[in-house]
Amino acid sequence: MHIPDGYLGPITYGSLWAAMAPIWFYASQKIKKSLKATQIPLLALSAAFSFVIMMFNIPLPAGTTGHATGATLIAILIGPWAAVIAVSIALVIQALVFGDGGITAIGANCFNMAFAEVLVGYAIFRLIAGRQREATNTQGTRFLIGAAIGSYVGINFAAFLTAFELGIQTILHVGQDGRPLYSPFPLKLTIPAIMIEHVALFGVVEAVVTVMVLLYLRKSHPDLLRRQS
Amino acid sequence: MKTQDSNYRRLWIAIGILILLAPIGLILPELFKAGGAWGEWGVDEIKDIAGYVPEGLKRISELWAAPIPDYAFTGWDKGVKSLIAYIVSGLIGVVIVVAVSYVLGKILKRGNDERT
Repeated sequence: MHIPDGYLGPITYGSLWAAMAPIWFYASQKIKKSLKATQIPLLALSAAFSFVIMMFNIPLPAGTTGHATGATLIAILIGPWAAVIAVSIALVIQALVFGDGGITAIGANCFNMAFAEVLVGYAIFRLIAGRQREATNTQGTRFLIGAAIGSYVGINFAAFLTAFELGIQTILHVGQDGRPLYSPFPLKLTIPAIMIEHVALFGVVEAVVTVMVLLYLRKSHPDLLRRQS
Repeated sequence: MKTQDSNYRRLWIAIGILILLAPIGLILPELFKAGGAWGEWGVDEIKDIAGYVPEGLKRISELWAAPIPDYAFTGWDKGVKSLIAYIVSGLIGVVIVVAVSYVLGKILKRGNDERT
């Protein structure tokens, strides 16, 4: 889901950089107010987890690979706006140092995985787990079901945005010879290709990772699960 | 019984274990004969798939040369060496990500302290 450089034309990568700038600013302002010195290690742990979990490429036999992102899990643990920052840090380092995702596409990749996925995943989690007081019942099944469905839908939403952004390039930018200038695959190809693999496998991987980590944390660090509630 | 782990030492150890296990993310795709992620192909692969390399795609794809492309080191791209390179890349990445998080966290926090 890391869009490389060159797949998106300037209209798309430019507008998604422009969209991310105020989102990063707002997220920074949000966490500025609540950030205590003791929470900085949690921000770092979350960014590190997101970075390393994305290295676990899961194969679709004879097909492509994909991976979990940890986006919804991190939102549940440190709050959605801190999660926007944590996942963004991981994505920026992946692009700059490892060429995983393009630098022109940092705005797009952060919009998809660090913003849209985080917010959609977290909203669905809250909806199912219940607001405030009810959600503090971290032992409850609603908490885990909310996390599973939220993370599943969250990553699929990000996958859809990725497929959409790639697919509209054949409409937005066509060269004088009539051939696409950037990603040459139309929407009717990108949407099924990316959505089927995420609906069938990578979304499930995300949900399994999310639930496994929460199950571990509620035994080892129960205070972490209550912090945000 | 309440467990005490105020510095999250156990969670940092868990991150370390994940880094050591990361080569699973290289081995499994090879085992199941899976390629890369959909839509993350390099210029050469695009040529094979689409039959040509779109002009703008080629131009922008050459903008940035990452220092450690694909979590691999030159000449260390096969066998055990590629797995070691993957682990070292994971370690380098995590160290940078953690450093950036701390610096950013401290900057945000300082702004917070100044206002109050």
